[in-house]
Amino acid sequence: MKTRIQRFITAGLLATLAGFSGAAAAAEPASIGFIYVSPIGDAGWTYQHDQGRQEMEKNLAGKVKTHYVENVAEGADAERVIREMAERGDKAIFATSFGYMNYMLKVSKKYPKTAFLHATGYKMGKNMGIYNARFYQGRYVAGVIAGEMSKSNKLGYVAAFPIPEVLQGINAFIKGARSVNPEATLSVIWVNSWYDPGKEREAALTLISQGADVVTHHTDSTAVVQAAEEKGVYAIGYHSDMSKYGPNAHLTAVTHHWGDYYTKVVEQVLAGTWKPESFWGGYKEGMIRLAPLNPVIPEALQKRVAQMEADLKAGTLKPFAGPVVTQDGKTLVKAGEVMSDHDLEKMNYYLEGVTSKLPKK
Amino acid sequence: MDGNIITSILFATVVAGTPLIIVALGELVVEKSGVLNLGAEGMMSVGAIAAFAVTLHSGNLWLGVGAGMLAGVAMALLFAFVALTLLGNQVATGLALSILGVGLAAFIGKPYESEVLQAVPPIRIPFLADIPVIGEALWNQQSLVYFSWILFWAVLWFLFRSRAGLVLRAVGESPSSAHAIGYPVIRIRYLATLFGGAMAGLGGAFLSVFYTPLWVEGMVAGRGWIAVALVVFATWRPLRVLLGAYLFGGVMVSQLFIQGSGLDINMPSQFLSSLPYWATIIVLVMISRNRNLVRLNAPVSLGQPFKPES
Amino acid sequence: MLRLEPRADASRLMRYLSPLIAVALMLIGGLALFAALGKDPLEGFRVYFLNPLRDLYGLSELLLKATPLMLIAMGLSVGFRANVWNIGAEGQFIMGGVAASAIALYFIESDSGWVLTGMVLAGALGGMAWAAIPAFLRTLFNTNEILTSLMLVYIAQLAVSWLVHGPMIDPDGFGFPQSKMFEDSALLPELLGGTRLNAAFPMALTALGLGYVFLQRSFMGFQMRVAGESEPAARYAGFAARRMIWVGFLAGGALAGIAGMAEVAGPMGQLTTHLSNNYGFAAIIVAFIARLNPVGIFFASLLMALLYLGGEQAQQYLGLPSSISNVFQGLLLLCLLGADVLINYRLRWKPAEAG
Repeated sequence: MKTRIQRFITAGLLATLAGFSGAAAAAEPASIGFIYVSPIGDAGWTYQHDQGRQEMEKNLAGKVKTHYVENVAEGADAERVIREMAERGDKAIFATSFGYMNYMLKVSKKYPKTAFLHATGYKMGKNMGIYNARFYQGRYVAGVIAGEMSKSNKLGYVAAFPIPEVLQGINAFIKGARSVNPEATLSVIWVNSWYDPGKEREAALTLISQGADVVTHHTDSTAVVQAAEEKGVYAIGYHSDMSKYGPNAHLTAVTHHWGDYYTKVVEQVLAGTWKPESFWGGYKEGMIRLAPLNPVIPEALQKRVAQMEADLKAGTLKPFAGPVVTQDGKTLVKAGEVMSDHDLEKMNYYLEGVTSKLPKK
Repeated sequence: MDGNIITSILFATVVAGTPLIIVALGELVVEKSGVLNLGAEGMMSVGAIAAFAVTLHSGNLWLGVGAGMLAGVAMALLFAFVALTLLGNQVATGLALSILGVGLAAFIGKPYESEVLQAVPPIRIPFLADIPVIGEALWNQQSLVYFSWILFWAVLWFLFRSRAGLVLRAVGESPSSAHAIGYPVIRIRYLATLFGGAMAGLGGAFLSVFYTPLWVEGMVAGRGWIAVALVVFATWRPLRVLLGAYLFGGVMVSQLFIQGSGLDINMPSQFLSSLPYWATIIVLVMISRNRNLVRLNAPVSLGQPFKPES
Repeated sequence: MLRLEPRADASRLMRYLSPLIAVALMLIGGLALFAALGKDPLEGFRVYFLNPLRDLYGLSELLLKATPLMLIAMGLSVGFRANVWNIGAEGQFIMGGVAASAIALYFIESDSGWVLTGMVLAGALGGMAWAAIPAFLRTLFNTNEILTSLMLVYIAQLAVSWLVHGPMIDPDGFGFPQSKMFEDSALLPELLGGTRLNAAFPMALTALGLGYVFLQRSFMGFQMRVAGESEPAARYAGFAARRMIWVGFLAGGALAGIAGMAEVAGPMGQLTTHLSNNYGFAAIIVAFIARLNPVGIFFASLLMALLYLGGEQAQQYLGLPSSISNVFQGLLLLCLLGADVLINYRLRWKPAEAG
């Protein structure tokens, strides 16, 4: 009992001391904080960010020490968590979900020496940068695979919320599919949640019962891949390689890779050269990749996929190159032109081939 | 609409209704004994995580289901101790049980959020499953779906045909006279409450082991409350519980079919998602409008504490 | 063996002692939980209950977090006195926040001081409107208010999701589900520089004061108390049950709505789907622990707020899920309901009798 009380007191003292010594200890590894919106798990959005964190820590071994808080709700309480990280002396803080934007901006003003980095948002500050990835590039290739592999020509998509990032994915997917299979159509079901395996599964089963034989998703669980495996149809995963959840169903997955970016940014922060920027990387920067292809995909198609990936890396393949035609037959981008980033960021419509109607607002 | 789609809508409706039936029938027995346990949501949550964790570790589905039921019983025991032995306010105790159960399940379930179970294959009943359209929907289902129908008959028989059921109802109608005749009121209410807990745990197990099959925080998503509402809606009659559960199940799944069909419904998807909750309110209003219906069927002593003067 | 023996009169001492017993039991349960998880219980206690209060900022956050709980619990207590079970404060909180946001967004160009006043009123009205539905259904059709008010919480959550994806979306927000940020004229003034504690806190204290006068000093408050203790007595005295249902729900809705307004006009500064934070449910626990008494509500809110902040600390420094807060909260309420038996009964040691 005595030792416990002693430990209790020392712990208190140490905590106080740590508060004072933060500035003095320059030789110590720099502390880097991460804020995650969901549990890490072993697949999904947060899992990929955590993989990136570990990669960065390995690349900069000895120079940094990372820590994270998972499952932080995007409400007003997030500000306290971000502030606490800044207060304990983190050199850089990464917040990996949109809802942290305004809270991070507020805290960043009070801690001008800390580097703040926010994923998927659009507000920057003197010491706050933003980053995101061109997920739609991978979606386009996935669409080509789906268009070729489908026999019913009906594709299904389980999606969370009708925001531009999700619509880019849906539209790139159907555009890719129709580039090889003009008969292909796509049904979309919105589940109004990023993570609700029960609903995602129901939605996938509904799409399959309505004839879809390749399904994909822009939600966070593996439920869609599992449902496809059970029903004996194909699925394309998202965020992570989900093949272990549906070895037969899983054709491939559009996967995210943040490690290189995190390493680059933290190196800059340590060297004192970091400047806030708006970073939108893609294939070229190694942020997007397809998971290993399922052997059921014919060799010829596998080769074409490899070629397309190389073209995306080289920047010669642009998923939203014209003609871009909406569901109602309106031409948005003429042949020979490419949709601008500005227009991509405001996407709020379906392209031709999507049979569902966008939910009314 | 072709037959296939009707079959899949029916199938999904039956699946969505099954946990509601199991939990609501359990709650019905509890309420018939005069106890109002509003903690179904909490008991289901704890049952869901217990069943999931045990199934995952043991690899045995039925061990998991048993663990889910036991967890529900343990929660119900907590309720019974506070509300029946210590005479705590039943409404408040039930609420506390819901808050505690949902929190506890989220807490225990944290490490399991990324785990996945093998889907349980359905059991196909020969011949019956070959009936066109409805066969595949009704007779190629999970074992717990068949169990929910057996449970329905069992509860019906127990409450209205068996002597023990008669005693239980007597306790719910007038605990003091039941006590005077010499029935152990508290013990009977304890047993009823524990049975309700077991069924709530089983309903939770159905969600996490058969339905998703995954664990995620908040996955019960109000189904426990809807089950409690169903009992009122059914005016404490098992057959109406069955029908009501399928009605709600149908409302829950129909919105997905509407979205997937590409119909131009001209409505925000959030409105479609809120339909089961609106349906609950509307049906409750329709039932309770007729005061006699409720007064005739509701157990007289529902929710009132009873302390035998010994 | 231990036996419960009825007391001749309800014990006043126990009425006030039993919440403390409940807190003690919860602490013991909590320490046992830390131990069971392989954490040092004392270290757990330090991180959970002391760490949040280590500086002025921590204290200000505690008051910030307690403010909505005080407001909502005060409103609920009015109804609970008369056994009017409004379980849907969470929905009324959301609708209050929505209504206040509508004012803030409509008058976004204005820098008049009246914008905030309008938002407080709109918040109260929004909460009252949502609370009026179960009250109406209960008084007209005798529909169980517990279930209807609860279903309306789920509907309110979906409604706010629709609004921030649709009509109230920030047109320059790249399609993300959120409203515009409010202008300064629509934000509650801060009380302490550098903290988030704002004018909602004195508003909550005022509400507690008014609640005290209403419940303890007014005739209506007396009627509600009588009705809560004995329905036949109230009917005999000719108290109108319908009026009590309306008063209970409208008071609860108004204060929950104001709490929602304080959230959007305070720490959030805009409307998003993350407005819903379970304050409405936590306030139910506050009301019970406080014995529906305004002074008690003040302290119980601080305790509940501490449980929230402690959960966050446990998440950051002990690696425990933040849902540990809910475990503590549910445990606290159950302990209280159990401990309340001591008000009317005493524990007696009796040698076990044969037979």
